[in-house]
Amino acid sequence: MSLDLLVAILMTIAGAATPLLIAGLGELVVEKSGVLNLGVEGMMLIGAVTGFAVATTTGFPVLGAFAAMVAAALASAIFAVLVLTLMANQVATGLALTIFGTGVSALIGAPFVGITTPTLGTIFPDWLTSTPLLRLVFGHSPLVYLGLLLTLGVWWFLNRSRAGLILRAVGESDTAAHAIGYPVLKVRYLAILFGGAMAGLAGSYYSLVLTPMWAERLTAGRGWIAIALVVFASWRPGRMLAGAYLFGLVITMELQAKAAGFNMFAPEFLAALPYIATIAVLAIISAAKRGSANAPACLGKSFRATA
Amino acid sequence: MFALSRRKLLAAGAAFGLAATSIAPAFAQDGEGKDKVKAAFVYVGPVGDFGWTYAHDQARKCLEKNLGDKVETSYVENVAEGPDAERVIRQLAQDGNDIVFTTSFGFMNPTIKVAKQFPNVKFEHATGYTTGGNDNMGLYNSKFYQGRAVLGTIAAMMSKTGKAGYVASFPIPEVVMGINAFELAAKKVNPDFKTQVVWVNSWYDPAKEADATKALLSQGADVITQHTDSPAPLQAAEEAGAIAFGQAWNMESFAPNAHMTAIVDQWCPYYTKRVQALLDGTWKADNVWLGMAEGEVEMAPFNDKMPADVKAAAQKIVDETKAGTYEVFTGPIKDQSGEVKIPEGEKIPDEDLLKMDWYVEGVQS
Amino acid sequence: MMLAAPVIAVALTLVVGAVLFTLLGHDGLGAILEIFVKPLFNPYRWQDLLVKAAPLAMIATGLAIGFRANVWNIGAEGQYILGGLAGTGIALATLDMSGGWILPLMLLAGIVGGMAWAAIPAVLKTTLGVNEILSSLMLNYVAIQLLYYLMRGPWKDPMGFNFPQTAMFTADQTLPMVVPGTLIHLGVPLAVAVALTAFFVMTRTITGFQMRVVGLAPKAAAFGGFGAASTVWIALMAGGGLAGFAGILEASGPFGQMVPQFPTGYGYTAIIVAFLGRLNPLGILLAAMVLALTYVGGESAQTTIGLPSAATGVFQAMMLFFLLATDILVRYRVVSGRAAPKTARAPGKAEAEAKSGAKTGETKVVTA
Repeated sequence: MSLDLLVAILMTIAGAATPLLIAGLGELVVEKSGVLNLGVEGMMLIGAVTGFAVATTTGFPVLGAFAAMVAAALASAIFAVLVLTLMANQVATGLALTIFGTGVSALIGAPFVGITTPTLGTIFPDWLTSTPLLRLVFGHSPLVYLGLLLTLGVWWFLNRSRAGLILRAVGESDTAAHAIGYPVLKVRYLAILFGGAMAGLAGSYYSLVLTPMWAERLTAGRGWIAIALVVFASWRPGRMLAGAYLFGLVITMELQAKAAGFNMFAPEFLAALPYIATIAVLAIISAAKRGSANAPACLGKSFRATA
Repeated sequence: MFALSRRKLLAAGAAFGLAATSIAPAFAQDGEGKDKVKAAFVYVGPVGDFGWTYAHDQARKCLEKNLGDKVETSYVENVAEGPDAERVIRQLAQDGNDIVFTTSFGFMNPTIKVAKQFPNVKFEHATGYTTGGNDNMGLYNSKFYQGRAVLGTIAAMMSKTGKAGYVASFPIPEVVMGINAFELAAKKVNPDFKTQVVWVNSWYDPAKEADATKALLSQGADVITQHTDSPAPLQAAEEAGAIAFGQAWNMESFAPNAHMTAIVDQWCPYYTKRVQALLDGTWKADNVWLGMAEGEVEMAPFNDKMPADVKAAAQKIVDETKAGTYEVFTGPIKDQSGEVKIPEGEKIPDEDLLKMDWYVEGVQS
Repeated sequence: MMLAAPVIAVALTLVVGAVLFTLLGHDGLGAILEIFVKPLFNPYRWQDLLVKAAPLAMIATGLAIGFRANVWNIGAEGQYILGGLAGTGIALATLDMSGGWILPLMLLAGIVGGMAWAAIPAVLKTTLGVNEILSSLMLNYVAIQLLYYLMRGPWKDPMGFNFPQTAMFTADQTLPMVVPGTLIHLGVPLAVAVALTAFFVMTRTITGFQMRVVGLAPKAAAFGGFGAASTVWIALMAGGGLAGFAGILEASGPFGQMVPQFPTGYGYTAIIVAFLGRLNPLGILLAAMVLALTYVGGESAQTTIGLPSAATGVFQAMMLFFLLATDILVRYRVVSGRAAPKTARAPGKAEAEAKSGAKTGETKVVTA
């Protein structure tokens, strides 16, 4: 295998993994706080269309990425108000958010079909990307590096910071956290908004980096894969990174194998694999640590404090 | 005319044991014209897909422009194939439309069912193989493979590696036929030319289409062509400095350097002709497979970066196809095992093309 | 108040929807009229509504049984597919046969297929404690791929020009119409019958009562000898069985064959229906009609006023948002009313109690 080929493969893996990683890290934090937001796909689409719209109208893709985060965070605020303040069911609200995001993004995006945009490409000078090895290090979109930094940041936040400790406590037992005096709802609000912003950023990765265009349902279901990966990673940022890149590896190697003329598996089997693997991981972690799995104990349940 | 008789044969032998479309009995005609026609379109995707459905909707707009206030059009987008389609088609028939165009293969059976219930409404189904015996239902399709032959010629002349990457959706006859036409035309230029197919198992998944393109490029292909709906493969080719072709519509804006040309689905002439026939009272159930000669399949303007000899060769295929002197599926044609499948000088009949499930030599899938 | 929340939600959706779409440059008021009003005055559309509502109501009824017991099966989409596939398997095996036994066997296979798929999260939950929300969701995607595989490969119609779909079902494998000359197939009355049965079971039988108690107060239920495991099993079997039933009814009815486009999100839409119907089988029947209205009316609005199809989704989402938002009105009343012990005994009120059960059951009330 030539160096060029290897580098090309590795870069494709990073490209496929990054949006899943970013959206997944956001959802991971949300779930760690005890909230299940199934609206990732909807928020990603809102981010994708907003990012594209702002980038094309202003000419600044960076501005687009920021706008994507803001727009998706706003969408997640609808979810937050419903499930936190109004204590609505999280599963139903999350599904509604996905339906909402799919519809709204199509409405917003109608005027942007068929045009292209300045992309959020490499940020380093040309000489730093002149050879394959240099390209492997410096040739990515800034979001790829951001994804790696975010992994570190989220890990540090959850495991080393006081705020992260509180967040985990809230997700583990909201009643106990509340009794100690932690602001359960405030923590969850912030977590949901963070998750929304990350989903938006991940969405903008599709419309500004990977496939710089807008078309309805651009993300083609990647939000659900991100949710699966959070579970696959058993709510650990490091494993989230590994899971996202493993997923990117499987997708890329499948396509590489096909491009090289090998068709070993039924394509349907490979498409189902991430979900089967996720169920397997769920079963394993549940069996291994029955009762004390890393899954946030309050996941999906509403909380109401009566003072 | 056209492929009429052969497609008839095909329908007669078709799956459900239904009778062939009977052509032109007196009652299939309106006899008298109309002052105004209400035409409706049923789309499988969103009009904003910039691919298959977008092309149909552009034709709808073009139809409105051509016939002015003599036609009133409407459409329903994102219609799921199956009962939802049947409901929408029926709804359109009940709402007083004179003609309903259903533009996806999966709408065939629903259209047949509804056409039976509304003998006074005309139905036209794109890409299907049977009308179920309804004489108020026509079938139409385009010979996109004629365009594939042009792409294959350009690919083989411009490729340095002698290998093209083909991003494909599902191995249905339409797609298989396109792959074979591409490779056969390319082989005429370069007998060793190879076409590597990657199935992405989706009509529309931009990220996966882009990744498949990258995989093909890194495996030595330097020309990309596609039978999926998004411009993502073009964009990936543009980024890598390879060449590629648009699908269904001129996609030059997405890849100004890579986009050599595109197969443009021009449904407008057909739609205009059929609605005009309804206005004139001459509409009758047809079963047509139209190509470049009828203006249904068009090539987008060749990119300025294309060398003059390539342009000339590509144009020659277009001209000869229009004149009827070039047919890419002319023997000798060998299959993947190297066995001669179609002897010298023989053409693959339309009915065999429409159920094609084998690949020609040089295709790697 | 029970009825107030859905009514307020629909009303708010209409008002906000009209304003929103006017702001977006569409005919907002026209959209409301076309989607929510006009279809009701068109007798043809009533048939469409009933046919579209039937599978939604049936799936939602099954899901509601689980939701009330706090079992969150969101895998109805996959169970629907597997039901369709199991029945199709029988159909393909009996293509050359005839007899009145074929269709009932297909329907039975559909139910069993849906149950079998739902049994996976049930086993995982009861033996390992795996969260059923996540496992059932993941299985939806596996089911879709299984469908694609069968359509592309083993079950492809050999006479079908290599298109990925099965042969058409024979007359003995096709659902009969209950009203000749209309579209009303057997699945429509069956959906109503199922909802009525569920209503009776949930409100008038011991099992139904126990299921609700488990949802409301798991510990109390355990004391009463009614285990959490049996609740999980009953909930998932009801949800999976009915989703599978709906699947084979759709396959043998409106579809008349199996195609890759078989799943259209009914399993997810049914979750909206279940909530909009307040987890009450009778409410679900009404809610299914409202959702069907958004689809059927949305299609009309596309042709008459050029409203994009995306608008349908926005309306559905808004309706659910508003319903979930107004839900709190109901919940406050019930929570305060729960203090009175006699409410649990009176049959009429037990129903009211149960309706809020799924929600109060997962709401932790904490006194600080």
